[in-house]
Amino acid sequence: MRALTWHGKHDVRVDTVPDPEIVNPRDAVIEVTSTAICGSDLHLYDGVIPGMRSGDILGHEFMGRVVETGPRSTLRTGQRVVVPFTISCGACFFCEKQLYSACDNSNPAEKQDLTETLYGHALSALFGYSHLTGGYPGGQAEYVRVPFSDVGPIVIPDGLDDDAVLFLSDILPTGWMAAENAEIEEGDTVAVWGCGPVGLFAIQSALVMGAGKVIAIDEYPTRLDLARQLGAEIIDFKQTRVLEALMEMSGGLGPDAVIDAVGMESHGFAPDAIADNIKQTVGVGADSAHALREAILAVRKGGRVSMPGVYGGFVDKFPLGALMEKGLQVRTGQTHVQRYLPTLLEKIGQGEIDTTFLISHRLPLEEAPRGYRNFRYKQNEWTKVVLKPGTEMAA
Amino acid sequence: MRREDSSRPAPASSGNHARRWTEERNLPNPWLALGAGVLVAAAGVALYQQQTRNTVDHRIADSAPGRAARRRRRDPYAVVGRTVTINKPRSELFAFWRDFSNLPQFMENVRDVSVTGDVSRWTISAPMNEVHVETRIVNEKPDEQIAWRSTDASEIRTRGKVMFRDAPAGRGTEVTALVSYVPPYGALGRWIATAFQREPSMQGRRELKRLKMLMEAGEIATNHNRKTA
Repeated sequence: MRALTWHGKHDVRVDTVPDPEIVNPRDAVIEVTSTAICGSDLHLYDGVIPGMRSGDILGHEFMGRVVETGPRSTLRTGQRVVVPFTISCGACFFCEKQLYSACDNSNPAEKQDLTETLYGHALSALFGYSHLTGGYPGGQAEYVRVPFSDVGPIVIPDGLDDDAVLFLSDILPTGWMAAENAEIEEGDTVAVWGCGPVGLFAIQSALVMGAGKVIAIDEYPTRLDLARQLGAEIIDFKQTRVLEALMEMSGGLGPDAVIDAVGMESHGFAPDAIADNIKQTVGVGADSAHALREAILAVRKGGRVSMPGVYGGFVDKFPLGALMEKGLQVRTGQTHVQRYLPTLLEKIGQGEIDTTFLISHRLPLEEAPRGYRNFRYKQNEWTKVVLKPGTEMAA
Repeated sequence: MRREDSSRPAPASSGNHARRWTEERNLPNPWLALGAGVLVAAAGVALYQQQTRNTVDHRIADSAPGRAARRRRRDPYAVVGRTVTINKPRSELFAFWRDFSNLPQFMENVRDVSVTGDVSRWTISAPMNEVHVETRIVNEKPDEQIAWRSTDASEIRTRGKVMFRDAPAGRGTEVTALVSYVPPYGALGRWIATAFQREPSMQGRRELKRLKMLMEAGEIATNHNRKTA
């Protein structure tokens, strides 16, 4: 089959690789019909996530048709399914508590040693990501082997297009959980850093959950405009002093909750951001956390800090004093996708949530490298790229 | 050893180099000296304070298992121990383990186990070759514990036990496996085994995780896309 493979920093290619097959009893094999490039794929593209190997198949946002099932799969051949990016067994302590992204049993035992040392506990597995999280072949391919297929995938009823439901795989529940972690009360003011897909879905979710005012922070006009269309007020951090503006726009109180939808590759022309970026580039495991620092300073006393943005290593110049002295609550984590799927599928079906507005480009799988390059370097125009395996390249 | 060819100027040149280096910086850098002095003084103060403040003349035995002790054991045995909580009842886990022929399912270095009464013969992969271990069950408490010890016929001196306790709050069973053994070639052998990913503490950790996967999820996780990788 054809698949998008990683070969190093800024080097991804579409290669021919062996087709997957059923390996374990609960597996299924999916023929991919739609798959998206995620902001966290860009962390891999930029080479800032450790544990990647040349030839790894990327992609963790995908959906398709079931073509083969193992003896203990509950899926049937021909069903259309969306597959969560988190791989979860459904039977361990964490899965029983619906903390699916903390599953104990999905990351192969021999891959767990490193994160056990680095993070104190072994991480759970994700599709198409680093070998720290299992090194499972991903969904930017014609076919994918889906482990624990009786727990993860959600069957999509006829009548809903791929584009309407594809984002159930990651960014829609991630934005939803980000807003849930902000513990929004009716009328709250919520500030969101980053108007990428997760930030935009967090804005949408916060408004659905009753936020009175959502303030979105970014620098790209197209993305800020999408945020405004969703109902947010916007701040362009290149033309406005963010902390001062947020105080003024929230009656001098500060936002009740803040959401960092930027993560480890925060940029900007501030001393801390420049120092972080240098350290990240030379590979000392440093995260760039400018947005998070600003969010902690901005949030009101006793407020909530929600962190859907991905971090991997260490950070310094961290405003720990502000965090403690202001009595903040921090909630974070990879998304417990399976927990949110039925609710969100229902909201899509009823037209309460639209996900298609952010798709800017649809490309055949063969053009995936062009998709990566533009999603990375033309962020203003390329807000979300959906790859369609099985479609032909434009002549 | 071969003597250096006398025509080679290597020693002289390195001497010149060293001299030139000191001549160029004819005095020790005062800032460097000051920095070093500050560091030494700070270390001295820290040491003095540690020796004189909040001193403790004896320590009481704590609740932690011995294998977590900071000090190493004096005997030649290396001890490996690890606890894992498995979301299954005690009796089910005990029964699975007690049938030693099940063990190669999750112990990837165990090639074969043959059982005759209380005696089991194990064929284990080791760096470069394989090891034959023979053990006898010395203590068995149903649903609680299985303990074994190597016989005289064994190539490695080892003893071990696996213990099963109810986990709190209905979380299943806490399984603790403890193995002590005399590592072949001592510490060096242990280091080599680590390099080959065959060191018993590493193996033990992974094996308990695979047991947990097998019992809870019914299968052992793998990222391989095909059966024949």
